[in-house]
Amino acid sequence: MSQNDIRYLTPINIDIKKQKYCRFKKSGIKFIDHKDASFLLKLVNEQGKILPRRITGTSAKYQNKVNKAIKRARHLAILPYVGDMLK
Amino acid sequence: MLVVDLFSLFLHPQFINFIINIMNSYETVFILTPVLSDDQAKEAVQKFESEIASFGGKLKHSEKWGLKKLAYPIQKKTTGFYFLLEYEGGGNLINDLEISFKRDERVMRFLTVKMDVNHLAYAEKRRAKMGEKSTRVEA
Repeated sequence: MSQNDIRYLTPINIDIKKQKYCRFKKSGIKFIDHKDASFLLKLVNEQGKILPRRITGTSAKYQNKVNKAIKRARHLAILPYVGDMLK
Repeated sequence: MLVVDLFSLFLHPQFINFIINIMNSYETVFILTPVLSDDQAKEAVQKFESEIASFGGKLKHSEKWGLKKLAYPIQKKTTGFYFLLEYEGGGNLINDLEISFKRDERVMRFLTVKMDVNHLAYAEKRRAKMGEKSTRVEA
C-alpha cells in the first residue's frame, strides 16, 4: 500500500521471445548440398560441431538431412571434424 | 472362367525390360593427390570417365574444382585436386566403378551419392548459375 510498485520474487520477462522457425521449411529448400561449405558453416559452431536443433530451430526431418550433409562434407575434407576459429 | 495369372504379368518381357533399363543418377566427388601435374590429373579423370562408359553408364557432367586446401591432412597432404562427376547408369555400375577408385593410388578420397529428385533439381539450378557466372567473368 505504501509502495506503488509490486515486488515479485522472480521479475516478469517483458521481452517478446523471437519465434524460432525451420529455415528450410520457410524458404522451401528441399535439398541440402554436402559440397557447399559456406552454407553448412551456418549450421555448425566455431569448433566445427553441429548445432543442436533447439538452437537453430530446424525441424527433425531437415536436421537429419543437415547431419547427413555435414558428415559427408567432413568425409570429403570440406569441413573439419575438429576445428578452431571457424567463424 | 477367366483366371488372370499375376505372376506371368511380371514375367512379361516388356516389364523385365523396364526394370533392367532403369537409369539411376549418381554423383561422385573425388580428390586426387596434389603431387600430380595438371596433365596427369586430366589423364586420371579421363580414365574414370571412360570407365563409366565401359561399364554401361553415361557421363552427364564433369567439373574441375582444382587445387583446394583440405580441412584436415589426408595421407599427410594438405591440399588436393577436387573433381566432380555426374553420370547415369544401372545398379551394377557403381560397384565396378568404386573398385577402380579404390585400386587407383592417385585417388585420396571419393564419395558417391545417388541423386534423388530434389538433388537432380538442385544440380540443374547449380549448373545454370555456374554457366551464368562464367559468362560474366569473360565479359
